[in-house]
Order: sequence, then C-alpha cells, then structure tokens
Amino acid sequence: MAQVTMIVNGRAASGTVEGRTLLSSFLRETLDLTGTHVGCDTSQCGACVVHVDGVAVKSCTMLAAEADGTDVATIEGQAAPDGTLNIIQQAFQDHHGLQCGFCTPGMVMTTAALLKDNPKPSEQEIRVHLEGNICRCTGYHNIIKAIYAASGQDVAALGAD
Amino acid sequence: MYNFEFEKPSSIADAVAALGGDEAQAMGGGQTLIPTLKQRLASPTTLVSLSNIPEMQGICTGDDGALCIGGSTTHGAVASGAGAYPGLAALAGHIGDPAVRNRGTIGGSLANNDPSACYPAAALASGATLVTNTREIAADDYFLGMFETALEEGEIVTEVRFPIPEVSHYEKFVQPASRFALVGVMVAKFADGVRVAITGASEEGVFRWAEAEAALSANFSSDALDGLILDADNMIGDLHGSKEYRAHLCGVIAKRAVAKAA
Repeated sequence: MAQVTMIVNGRAASGTVEGRTLLSSFLRETLDLTGTHVGCDTSQCGACVVHVDGVAVKSCTMLAAEADGTDVATIEGQAAPDGTLNIIQQAFQDHHGLQCGFCTPGMVMTTAALLKDNPKPSEQEIRVHLEGNICRCTGYHNIIKAIYAASGQDVAALGAD
Repeated sequence: MYNFEFEKPSSIADAVAALGGDEAQAMGGGQTLIPTLKQRLASPTTLVSLSNIPEMQGICTGDDGALCIGGSTTHGAVASGAGAYPGLAALAGHIGDPAVRNRGTIGGSLANNDPSACYPAAALASGATLVTNTREIAADDYFLGMFETALEEGEIVTEVRFPIPEVSHYEKFVQPASRFALVGVMVAKFADGVRVAITGASEEGVFRWAEAEAALSANFSSDALDGLILDADNMIGDLHGSKEYRAHLCGVIAKRAVAKAA
C-alpha cells in the first residue's frame, strides 16, 4: 500500500492505494467521483477518459500510483460551481449528443482535449479524434454536431445525415 | 490483476537497480502491459514505471544527423515533435487513439515487440539503433521473433536513434477493433538503397522484404513491385485474415507505401 496525492479538479486529494489500483478505481471508489465511467475496462471504449497534467488518458489503463503528484481533471470539474454547464456539455445537451449518456463523460473530456489543441476542427478531424471513444447507442452524428457547435461553428455546414 | 509493488524511479540508474529485484517488470506507458496484467498474463512482484525519468524523454538531433528519441517519449510527443522525419511522425500519430498516444511510449512498444505494432516496422526500415542502459543494438539484430527481442533480463531501451531517409512512408491496413496493423509496411529510401519492413503479417514478427528492397533500390516506383509475392507459409492466419490474404495484402500495402512516400 502506498499513499498518493494529486490535484483533482483543482482540489488536493489523497488516499492509500495498492500498486494495482487503477486511476479509474481511485477516482470512483476512493474519491466518489463516479462520473468517470468504466465501460469496457480494456482500453477500447474511452468512457473513462480524464485529463492528467492537461492531456487526455484512459483512466482504466493508468495506475493511480502513476498519477501521484499530477493534476487530474474529470467530468465533475467541467461545469461551473453553480452547476452551469460548460460550452461542450451545453452543446451536447442542445444537439442531443447523448442518448443513454454512458459514454458522455469520456466524449466531453476527449472533446475538451481536442478543442484545446484545435479550436476549429473539421468534421473529419472530429471523427478521427473520437477514434478511441465508443458510443453504445451509436449516436455519433449528434455527437459530431455537438462538438462542431461547441467549437463555435455552424452545424448547418455539416453534411446531411 | 494480481497485486505488485509499484516503483517510479527518476533516473536510469535507479530503474536498473529496481529491475534487479526478483520478478521485477519494467513498464513504459502501460498501454499494453496494464491490459496484460488485468488478464493475469503477467504477474510481476514489482512493477517499475519508466515514465518519470527525464533523461529518457524527448527528441533531439544527434551529431550524425540521426533523430534521437528517448525511450519514454510518448507516441503523441513523437507525432508532434519528429517533424525532421515526417514518415516517423505520421506513423506515431496513427498508433491506437489519441488517449493511448498520450501514454504509450516508443521504448515500451519496441521492448514488447508485438507482431502487429507499428514502431518495429519504423525501427527496422530505418536501420535504427536501439540504445539500452548497457549497449547499442542495431535494429537488424534486435527483433528476434513474436514478442522476442535481444533485450536481456532487466535491460531497458533508453533511446532510439533513427537515420533519416530521403523519403519514407508507413502505410497501415488497420484492424479496426484493435487499431493495430493487420498489415503495415514502412518504406524508407536512403542514398544507398531502400529498406522495406513489414509488421502485422508474419508469425515471426516484423521482417524485411529483401526482394522488394532490391526491386525498389533499382527503381523506386510502385510498379517495381509488380509480380512480387511473399510466401504465405509463415504468415499469420486468424479470424481477421488468412495467411494467403495477408501475403497478398503485403504487396498491395507496400505499393501504396511507395506511392505515398515523400
């Protein structure tokens, strides 16, 4: 067992973990941040994507001990403290970018990473960037729309689906 | 996953010392090893993370003009930082998906030597040199078979040195579920000849295609590969494609790689 300390959504967090404890498990079970979802646990689906030191990672495929001393951002830190959704979350709501919603935390975190590097991505760039995020409802068209809108672009410009 | 002690040394010397323990295992970004641990296909006593060693990170140009990449450099960092070798940067930018590329490392990929991984093709086609904590190994002597390398117990890839070809391209036929290469071909044209390395196809792991290299060294065009076909006997045959399919695909993908080489 080892003590790990990290910043999570701007606040210091610490806990005792085993070597094998996954970052996703630490977030969900120790910190009760259950917004980070574990869909496949095999690195395929991307529902568990969080940011570690500013880059998107699959938290089911990183050890909590590896994240010791890092700055972690999860879906819980995306909305304003008063509950106002951020621009990506709002766009997902406006454009029906979620159906069951299970994949949404990972989609939103992956989108945030994309827009940080590429503020006005093309439809194709969005689709390529979402390669590691699977939507079980297959709601991809509206997810693409939501991301396009979140980047301040006119969704009317997207191809008809 | 069975439990283990976790260590995160901050120097190569400390990492080597930690790996001297019984049943110790090195880990790069863990993008293959953590899923492997979950399946209980590996059960180290101590897991030694190589992700926190500054001297194993980053990209620079050596005195001989080679591109030197630290063993713990992520695929994402190579994709954005290896502009001096565009074929290599493009290869790194298409491994896995964006989140995987933010964790997975070049040294980890080369130490694992998955028969369908992309980096082995780049190292072999470039005639790269793998630098470890004890020696330098030419890529031609490094890849010994599926998941087998010349690395000794506890030896780690600290740096990879890539001679930069005149033109190159890596063409990958993606297995869409895993994003590994069903067949991937790296073509690299140097002043003294062309090297062609193929991943994903052979039971023996990555290999050079000598006949294609000879043909392309004489005439660097995709037409030069007309009529060349690899023996299907040693190819991987599985539910994704038969041995014969992979042998055929090698020729098709090699041609595309040559056509796109820049």
